[in-house]
Amino acid sequence: MAMIAADNRGLRLVTRYAVLVLIAIIFVFPLVFMLMSSLKPDQQLLQDSGNLRAFLPVGDISLQNYTDAFQRAPVATFVFNSVLVTGITVALSLLLCSAAGFAFVFVRWKGRDTLLALLLATLILPFETIAIPLLMMVAHLPWVGFDGVSWGWLNSYRVQIIPFIADGLTVFLFVQYFKDLPGELIEAARVEGASWWQIYRRIVMPLSGPIFATAAILKFLVMYNQYLWPLMVTQEEGYRPVMVGLQYFFQLNVAWGEVMAYLSMITVPVLAFYLYLQKAFIASIASTGVKG
Amino acid sequence: MARISLKNLKKSYGQTHVIKGVDIEIDDGEFCVFVGPSGCGKSTLLRMIAGLEDISSGELQIGERVVNDLPPAQRGVAMVFQSYAIFPHMTVRENVAFGLTISGASKAEKDAKVAEAARILQMEHLLDRRPSQLSGGQRQRVAIGRAIVRKPQVFLFDEPLSNLDAALRMDMRMEIGKLHQQLGATMIYVTHDQVEAMTLADKIVVLKDGMVMQIGAPMDLYHDPANLFVAGFLGAPSMNFLKVKVLGVNGGKVLVSNGALDPVEVSGKRALFKVGDEAILGLRPQYLAVAQGAGRLHGAVALTERLGAETVVEIALKDGNPLIAALSHDAVFGIGAQMNLDFDPDKAHLFPNEPGAGSVAKH
Repeated sequence: MAMIAADNRGLRLVTRYAVLVLIAIIFVFPLVFMLMSSLKPDQQLLQDSGNLRAFLPVGDISLQNYTDAFQRAPVATFVFNSVLVTGITVALSLLLCSAAGFAFVFVRWKGRDTLLALLLATLILPFETIAIPLLMMVAHLPWVGFDGVSWGWLNSYRVQIIPFIADGLTVFLFVQYFKDLPGELIEAARVEGASWWQIYRRIVMPLSGPIFATAAILKFLVMYNQYLWPLMVTQEEGYRPVMVGLQYFFQLNVAWGEVMAYLSMITVPVLAFYLYLQKAFIASIASTGVKG
Repeated sequence: MARISLKNLKKSYGQTHVIKGVDIEIDDGEFCVFVGPSGCGKSTLLRMIAGLEDISSGELQIGERVVNDLPPAQRGVAMVFQSYAIFPHMTVRENVAFGLTISGASKAEKDAKVAEAARILQMEHLLDRRPSQLSGGQRQRVAIGRAIVRKPQVFLFDEPLSNLDAALRMDMRMEIGKLHQQLGATMIYVTHDQVEAMTLADKIVVLKDGMVMQIGAPMDLYHDPANLFVAGFLGAPSMNFLKVKVLGVNGGKVLVSNGALDPVEVSGKRALFKVGDEAILGLRPQYLAVAQGAGRLHGAVALTERLGAETVVEIALKDGNPLIAALSHDAVFGIGAQMNLDFDPDKAHLFPNEPGAGSVAKH
């Protein structure tokens, strides 16, 4: 009996690992393909793409594509712009949306539930539906405007940052997480004399690491992958992010090796950021039931 | 230290009235216990005093000030919660010093006060631990420590012992009693456990459905309950209630009997009884004794529980109703054996027959 049980357990383990390996291959191979192709000249890249060599660093391997990519497009500028816009937006978004979540959950005020319902309703609106009205707003409203002086929004970092700081999904994530924090902790802090700001800063923030990590990753992905909006509101390279920069490689002749080199360069920051926050992210997803 | 005064205090959530006009005076340094069944409003009342719930109407005074609209921090109160509510990301030291940190106290002052609190609560060795490394009783000490460092005028306890096991509960109960003697502060303590209420309180407030049923010293409430609810709520096992008929009234004395009870004259001070009225006779199980002679109550043994020093006997009375007697010695009775009981009429309580009186003793 013991033998059969052990065999069954072994078989289950093998099956489980087989399935996991298969899934890992499906997810990892495109990345491997991208990295390997970025090291090969176009001709070899196209030849290899029909067989397993596409996933191996064989043949004429060099970093030439990376050099060419830098010559073809201002890669460093694009990466800098993306990192700047994404970093500032993520930081401000975490601060603002968590503060909003705090106010929705812990502070009692008139109209709270109605406003939260309205905010959640914005979750069903895809960005594309508000892109045009938003473009009209930033095109016509001054950023700073008084007699004689007027600064607009277009062609700037602020136009890529400010509209994305507050969003329903991030507030919702914080609201859900804060609801599960024991209310007596907040009440105890109030009785001890803490102000709302002190409660937020000293009690709620330190206990909310996982949800800050989750919100940061989700927001990072949204911001780093921005394409439509920056394309609409920036005309100068100096302000354009990485995804818009991809256009440079799809002109007259598509240089696939350079495309792969460029993609490799812009994927690395995302992977690094994710790996950095991975543990907290998984813990939070497991506890909140939010799907990525 | 401070005196607390609640004047016609009310609390409503929309159309639901939770506290329906409560008047309580708590003296400086007094240990006052709010007791009552679940949902009676005792915790809500405590949270209103703490400032965690708004007051719908009425006046709340702590010391010389009306504090209705003051935030919790400005009321001079400290509170110990049922779940302890100690901050999991801080050490015991940081938890205890939290209020002092918030108020901007110097490090030297914090260290001195935390050390003093730790000494009183005998938890010096726990100061650098995290809450996750503490047992339930130790966590409760931390919560009490956090309350005492600020030297508040009033301590509020919201069922602080209900998450502890029975043995620890008794220890902590005694410690809280000692702490009160040591600090001499005004304390309000909410519990549904009548043993805690009886042992700790200078004054007990019995609540039911958001109303005060009776206020008084524990023994006054025990020996002279104002109504059926209080009579049934305090004391274990609960008081027996027998439906009786009034046979005669003679000054303050009322002659009553029923199918299982021979006519007996008891005090009738709680209402104006008339001949022919139905009334409820309350008999504490501890005051019943096996009769030497014919006795006054007659029935048969239905069940016995021998506890060593005490024997609890359930008796089926002649009229079919059950009766509990707690005899203060070990005794053996055969099931079905006839039993005659006696009691001191001065220790019996006669109540008017109110609607719903029959269900009152089940707490």
